[in-house]
Amino acid sequence: MSIAAQRRRKSFAQFANSFRQDRTGMTGLVILVIFIATAILAPILIPDSALDVTKADGGRFESPSFSYPLGTDEVGRSILLMLAWGTRISLTVGLAATLISMVIGTSFGIMAGHFRGVGSQALVGVTDWFLVIPFLPLAIVLATVLGPSTLNLIIVIGITSWAGTARLIRAQTLSIEGRPYLERSKALGAGNWYQMSRHVLPNVFPLVLANTTLTVAIVILSETTLSFLGLGDPQAPSWGALLDRAFSSGAVSRGAWWYVLPPGICVVLVVLAFTLVGRAMERIVDPRRAS
Amino acid sequence: MLPGDPIGLYARGRNQDPEQLVELRRALNKPLLEQFLTYLRNPFDSTIDSTRFSRPVWEMIGERLWPTLLLLGTAILLASIIGIWIGIRAGWKPGGRFDRISTGTTLILYSMPEFWLGMMLLIVFSVGAFGIPGMFPVGGISTPGVDTSSPMGWLNVLWHLVLPCTTLVLIYLADYALVMRSSLIDERKQEYLTLARAKGLRDAMVRKRHAVPNALLPTVTLIFLSLGFVVTGAITVETVFSWPGLGLLTYEALRGPDIPLLQAIFLMFSIAVIVANLIAELLYVVFDPRVRS
Repeated sequence: MSIAAQRRRKSFAQFANSFRQDRTGMTGLVILVIFIATAILAPILIPDSALDVTKADGGRFESPSFSYPLGTDEVGRSILLMLAWGTRISLTVGLAATLISMVIGTSFGIMAGHFRGVGSQALVGVTDWFLVIPFLPLAIVLATVLGPSTLNLIIVIGITSWAGTARLIRAQTLSIEGRPYLERSKALGAGNWYQMSRHVLPNVFPLVLANTTLTVAIVILSETTLSFLGLGDPQAPSWGALLDRAFSSGAVSRGAWWYVLPPGICVVLVVLAFTLVGRAMERIVDPRRAS
Repeated sequence: MLPGDPIGLYARGRNQDPEQLVELRRALNKPLLEQFLTYLRNPFDSTIDSTRFSRPVWEMIGERLWPTLLLLGTAILLASIIGIWIGIRAGWKPGGRFDRISTGTTLILYSMPEFWLGMMLLIVFSVGAFGIPGMFPVGGISTPGVDTSSPMGWLNVLWHLVLPCTTLVLIYLADYALVMRSSLIDERKQEYLTLARAKGLRDAMVRKRHAVPNALLPTVTLIFLSLGFVVTGAITVETVFSWPGLGLLTYEALRGPDIPLLQAIFLMFSIAVIVANLIAELLYVVFDPRVRS
């Protein structure tokens, strides 16, 4: 094992140790594990037919009972089973869109911090533009143009939510750029790519990870909002799409709270859990910022 | 750039002359530069019609502007007052009981989709559930047939305003309270507060006269910068409560999809956000003499 790998393993162990002592962070992690397990096990535990409109066996808008713990929807499907499938879709969209957002944000941030001159200013300008422009109208226009599908939803959220990350990473890159080891590697003839990928990236990476969990929280909220507006795949029962169906089928005026309450609770729990984990990671990685 | 057939969308559900359609298609085959110039000119053209409602888009936006200003104005005002008050109480004694309860609550509110909160309030307070009778109207800005210019009409509008406004206030105040709290906590470490205490000022005076005015600066700027976030709330909450403002118009335009109307609304929102950013910059100079030099 190389020295670098040993050092990395040691610092990871330290990180895990500090995280374990953070009570709110651990609470968030436990909630997340439960939801992720549901998402992975959903297709094993629940038959496809639970989502099929033609095979629905309950009555319309039935209130919670023993066979339908969370009641039924407007065509008689079990809301509990739909919710479990929804976990899978909402989490997939959340994680995939965050991945896109992180890749764009980190590369923009590192490049804007590493290079000098016109190119860097242009990158900062684009970042500021995305920071200022209101998210939802932009996302709505993009999603309308691309058409409703889960993949498009991921793309739209990914390319509208990276600006905050880029700004954070740029600030961190600027502080790393001044350190002696980068000067040393420049003196030894390292190219831009080598400097950015071997020296800057590993140093900003812990911050990227902490920021990722915070971004997932925001992204899941965005997914819920866009699906509620009918911009997701109409066939995929994500939590936002469930709320959209509840709203447009008149569950609200019927007082069918069992259709509206559970998807919202799930969103709140998952977003809260990601926020708690993210804040705990931030406290460990960057104590100065989090205070 | 836009996929889909705009002509088909435009002609849907009407008896269009085939020759007219050919004419329209020819307009789409003009040189790209000319089309781009038309595109730039279009938003300022007062005669552009919505494809769904066949009315000039700017006329529709003008009609819908006032309900949105009423709803958002009231909500932002109340949210900032309550949010700042919570932030001050929580931030002055961080880790205390009030702080723990309020930070927990604001974090939960912060994680909530605003339209879901609106739907739940609707079910509980206007349809009636869990033993609470329905007291508030299910939507709209006034009861049909009521003259909104009379004093009774005003009360009627206020009565309709309660639920959508409460929803937005709860969601917005979470953000304001969290920022006010953290900026007051930062301020607490400053030396001038130690000096103020050394002079013998009471704790309440140190807070009111010295710490809060300085801690307010970032919060006030944030209230103006958060307008992009405010717009998001307006679109979904207006939809849930069928409040006839710009947000509901966005939703209606989306279901079309009505591209000219959407474009105009997007332009409108962007202008509003940029103006709010400008106001934030100018206000900062007014409030903080230190940045003037």
